[in-house]
Amino acid sequence: MNILTYLIPISLVLGGAGLLFFVFTIRSNQYDDPEGDARRILSGEYDDKPKQ
Amino acid sequence: MTATMRPPVSACPACSAAPAAERLAEMDAPTEAHIVLSLPTIHCAACMATVERALGAAPGVRSARVNLTMKRVSIEADPDLTAEDLIPVVEGAGYEAHELDTTAMSATATDRAGRELLMRLAVAGFASMNVMLLSIAVWSGAEGQTRDLFHWISAIIVVPAVAFSAQPFFKNAYTALKARALNMDVPISLAILLALVTSLWETTLSGEHAYFDAAIALTFFLLTGRYLDHRTRSVARSAAEELAALEVPRAFRVTPEGEEQVSVADLRVGDLIHVRPGGRMPVDGVIAEGTSELDRSLLTGETLPVYAAPGQDVSAGEVNLTGPLTIRATAVGRDTSLHRMADLVAVAESGRSRYTSLADRAAKLYAPGVHILSALSFVGWFLYSGDLRVALNIAAAVLIITCPCALGLAVPAVTTAASGRLFKKGLLIKDSTALERLAQVDTVVFDKTGTLTAGTPELTNLGDFTRRDLQIALALALGSAHPLSRALTSAAQDAGITPEQLEDIREIPGHGTEALWRGQTVRLGRSAWVGGGQTDQTAAWLRIGDGPAQAFTFTDRLRDGAEATVKALQEAGLDVILMSGDTTATVESLAHRLGIQHWLAEALPQDKAARIQALSNDGAHVLMVGDGLNDTAALTAAHASISPASALDAARVASDIVLLGSTLAPIPDAVQTARKATRRIKENFTIATWYNIIAVPLAVAGLCSPLIAALAMSASSITVSLNALRLR
Repeated sequence: MNILTYLIPISLVLGGAGLLFFVFTIRSNQYDDPEGDARRILSGEYDDKPKQ
Repeated sequence: MTATMRPPVSACPACSAAPAAERLAEMDAPTEAHIVLSLPTIHCAACMATVERALGAAPGVRSARVNLTMKRVSIEADPDLTAEDLIPVVEGAGYEAHELDTTAMSATATDRAGRELLMRLAVAGFASMNVMLLSIAVWSGAEGQTRDLFHWISAIIVVPAVAFSAQPFFKNAYTALKARALNMDVPISLAILLALVTSLWETTLSGEHAYFDAAIALTFFLLTGRYLDHRTRSVARSAAEELAALEVPRAFRVTPEGEEQVSVADLRVGDLIHVRPGGRMPVDGVIAEGTSELDRSLLTGETLPVYAAPGQDVSAGEVNLTGPLTIRATAVGRDTSLHRMADLVAVAESGRSRYTSLADRAAKLYAPGVHILSALSFVGWFLYSGDLRVALNIAAAVLIITCPCALGLAVPAVTTAASGRLFKKGLLIKDSTALERLAQVDTVVFDKTGTLTAGTPELTNLGDFTRRDLQIALALALGSAHPLSRALTSAAQDAGITPEQLEDIREIPGHGTEALWRGQTVRLGRSAWVGGGQTDQTAAWLRIGDGPAQAFTFTDRLRDGAEATVKALQEAGLDVILMSGDTTATVESLAHRLGIQHWLAEALPQDKAARIQALSNDGAHVLMVGDGLNDTAALTAAHASISPASALDAARVASDIVLLGSTLAPIPDAVQTARKATRRIKENFTIATWYNIIAVPLAVAGLCSPLIAALAMSASSITVSLNALRLR
């Protein structure tokens, strides 16, 4: 049962990290143009960083 | 954990959250112009790159970013740049562009409520996944200390997660209770809270059953329903706002220094305003200078253009056809006749407000029933066993089992699927109960001008003229931008006619075109000016020298799909009625052409609304389809209403559904889909009820473990969602 002391915190931390990333994506407007973003990755113009 | 989830309060909360505020701030200090263009034709990665590159290369543009989802480009540019400078740039790159009024669009810039819901949904999803893992361990046989540990961890996750995620339900329930009413959120909040309290109590006593997973899963499923609901409505709202934003309210004011472009809101009584041919009157006024013809069809439904000369009154919303006019404003803004009529509509009782949605009706039956059932099982068990803990546990189980998870998803899941399907076909569902009301419709009332007809004339008697007459008429028609001239031009050119050589062609605004042909005067225009006779049809008269005047007669061209739509509606068993403000002869001929039995001509706006009221009183459910200001009262009075995108703003606001394309064809389809959707909603209610019928006796009997509760809840929610997806 000692394994639980590792596994439970690990699963919570991983899940929490996913949640934090999700919050970050919402806050940085990453869902404003899903269709456009899907196409932009096909273009070579934005390879270095997203155009501001 | 909750603290980190809340957006931090920045120094200027409005700045970070609402670009609209930023934009307004920019307007005060013009260091930068923010321009938004609508690009209806872009569809691919190459389109985006082309538009952005073209705009980026234009002088004065600082940045341009295309949003493909909304088919828009937002441009930051030097303050002296306007949309007129940039539209040619985009059109030069090969794409259609229209200016959007940024003030009318401000509300859609950021969907704050949607974002907040999504955040709550994410937290609830995260918590329910983790708690479900722990619960599965408990259900599969964890005992003693391990079980207590798992329960405690669950409690630590669930309590803050529920406190954050379930706030919308708590708030709604509180508002309802304060108003001494019951809504769906009251049993929801009670179930969540009671589940938490009994589970905490059980956990402190090392009890066997804890409902933490149920409390959070309930929140998650219900939030999903709320979010779907919100999404559907915000998509519709932003599309509707975009339609309004396409009409940028601008006017040309004549000042001693010349002409200046101003916003319509800045016009004052007494201002002189220049209205170009093709422009719409921004205010009520009196013509000060110029002659022309006016198209009043959006206000009255009349198709015949009206002669306009100095001294004549004009109303906001009329369209100037031929010559430039200068008008002196007599009423502006909210005082214009356009606004006064629109305000009258707002006062009238609408079909919308009379209707109680299926969900509300279900809630009205459901909420008291659940409370009574739960209270009875609590009292019953307390009297039977004398144990408060057992009684409370069972009452909580009953509330959880009956909690309207499936009911909360039943309606939004279906309306989302149906609205998505109809949106693809070019129909915008603006109101949340529109589909339910549309499904009940048994009578369809059409307006004529601009709805069944496209509002553009079509020549009917080309064959009555000699080739030489047509050649002269074509040459004259080419000299004018009047709708009748344009119709004549396209009809003649389609017939392979080439224009005759004429000299000295000039357009006399409000009358027609005149020229010299082999020394003779030739004229094409209004009957009185050319010397023609009387006709009850729309006509332009041609006279060559001293010869007799001949009439080109026109009929209003049918809108795409009008015939098929009327036929399909009639075949579906609906009663089709035509109501118009136009003359009896035109209305009768159109009704005959479309096979419509019942029609009403020369109807005033009040007549239309009264007729619809009369039909409703006879028990009919009327769908009104109309576009003009004269239809708004009728649109409001009807059980459900549709207007085309070309309609006046007031008419679009008054209607539940907007047709985005130029064809009427999606209407029968909309009725079909609405009926199917309502059937699905009712099926969903049935499914949810059956789950309750099976599970509630178990809960009341005290046999319902958290596992059974979780299974029943998830299974019913998933069945309901899948059933809704069958609509696609």
